[in-house]
Amino acid sequence: MALTNEQIKLRLQEKFPEEVTGFEEPFGMLTFSAPKELNLKVLQFLYDDTELKFQFLTTLCAVHYPEKMGEELTVVYHLHNLVDNVRIRFKVTTDIEKPDVFTITNIYEAANWLERETYDFYGINFVGHPNLRRILNVEEMDYFPMRKEFPLEDQTRRDKDDEMFGRGGSNFFN
Amino acid sequence: MSVVEHHKKLPEGSIEKRTTTLNLGPTHPATHGVFQNILEVDGERIVDAEQTVGYIHRAFEKIAERRPLYQITPLTDRMNYCSSPINNMGWHMTCEKLLGITMPKRVDYLRIIIMELARIADHLICNSVIGVDTGAFTGFLYVMQYRELIYEIWEEVCGSRLTTNIGRIGGFERNFNDISFRKLEKFLNEYPAVLKEFENLFTRNRIFMERTQGVGGIAADRALNYGFTGPNLRAAGVDYDVRVHSPYSSYDDLEFEVPVGKTGDVYDRFLVRNEEMRQSLSLITQAYQKVQEFKGKDAEVFHADTPEYYLPEKEDVYTKMEALIYHFKIIMGETVMPAGEVYHCVEGGNGELGFYLISDGGRTPYRLHFRRPCFIY
Repeated sequence: MALTNEQIKLRLQEKFPEEVTGFEEPFGMLTFSAPKELNLKVLQFLYDDTELKFQFLTTLCAVHYPEKMGEELTVVYHLHNLVDNVRIRFKVTTDIEKPDVFTITNIYEAANWLERETYDFYGINFVGHPNLRRILNVEEMDYFPMRKEFPLEDQTRRDKDDEMFGRGGSNFFN
Repeated sequence: MSVVEHHKKLPEGSIEKRTTTLNLGPTHPATHGVFQNILEVDGERIVDAEQTVGYIHRAFEKIAERRPLYQITPLTDRMNYCSSPINNMGWHMTCEKLLGITMPKRVDYLRIIIMELARIADHLICNSVIGVDTGAFTGFLYVMQYRELIYEIWEEVCGSRLTTNIGRIGGFERNFNDISFRKLEKFLNEYPAVLKEFENLFTRNRIFMERTQGVGGIAADRALNYGFTGPNLRAAGVDYDVRVHSPYSSYDDLEFEVPVGKTGDVYDRFLVRNEEMRQSLSLITQAYQKVQEFKGKDAEVFHADTPEYYLPEKEDVYTKMEALIYHFKIIMGETVMPAGEVYHCVEGGNGELGFYLISDGGRTPYRLHFRRPCFIY
């Protein structure tokens, strides 16, 4: 008997009646969220439960929503139950001023580098991570480049001197 | 007590240290890429390692937040340049899922042909380079001319060879020409014998076996916990293949087998990749047969009918009003996409390649995250 999204939802609501909220199914993938203090409990339950068996961490990433006050950063976990072949998405949100989220490296080893990367680009402090250092950027960097306050260069800017590229100087268009 | 644990108890510079610290990289011919490893070696065995990656980090996820969908395809090329068509098409399929485009069957089969050729090109490099690293150069040179043939097929289809940027959202940029099909037939005819000979050189070769068996072995549960996918996971004995578990692009119409190994060591990975090349050949043959079944007008279908997202023919742009409007809107990046979040994955050359796209209803992705099979473990 294959596991359906409905069953997962019921099982979660049974265990966490108040805490797990925001059930959605965009493009067939069950999505839900929980308070960030409970991320370890929910994930451990998803991992251990004999019915759910979400024992494969597909990926982990963060998203920055600057306009959502108090919950600017979202951490998104994609989990996969390889036995019944079901995927789910689990989200926790955190305040950008105090971006502490518990690490899940004790459950999934795969999270080690992914959490380091998420820390590197979004500054989420994974509490309990064995080696939370920057992974892709240089260690001297003092900002988190994937946050939305660092926009990419305006492609229509004209003040740039690209004489070196054979396109004339900055006043080429004027 | 393991050697590493033993070391942690020793004071700095102790002569009781039983291992040697060795710096490998950032550039070293055996790493096939730029990253640094500080290794603790006990004789020939690596007991601990600290890696520094990121020397060639290119911030694709950030760049993608500013680009219209069609301009992200060239970025995906560079994520794995041995099999860029898989990345390109994985990205196109993600967009199609978000935009709600259904693809004609013929395009699906053509895509399968290209993607399986890419898988062969990828595995062929991987397996032959293991040969080079263990001291057998011949196999590498021998199969390289067939990678060349694969590149020629891509060249016929899209005009470029390594970083292909092949296809578009909604299909291909042009129909496959006769030459590409002739070259494909040549490949299908000649490659099985080459693969056989390649295997003869390696599979039962005593030197090769001794240097690869028992090296880097991993148990299935540990591999899963570390997030292994692709041939490396299958070599450890788990039959997880995205093409079977979440079929995309009509893979469920075709018959193929998923080879699995047992110990997860380098030798098993080699065998799994070799067998996957066989299965890919069979997939290409089946898909090619299905493509040939389309006759007349059906044989000219190479893209879906979605004028808002698919770049129109140049001729139409000059002669038709609608085509001109759509062309302008697509090129200027003024097409909006529906809001939503979508995860789509394909079986890349080295594992599950996923695209997690969040759209807020704008012209560019709000957030795009790549699930890169190699970074995770």
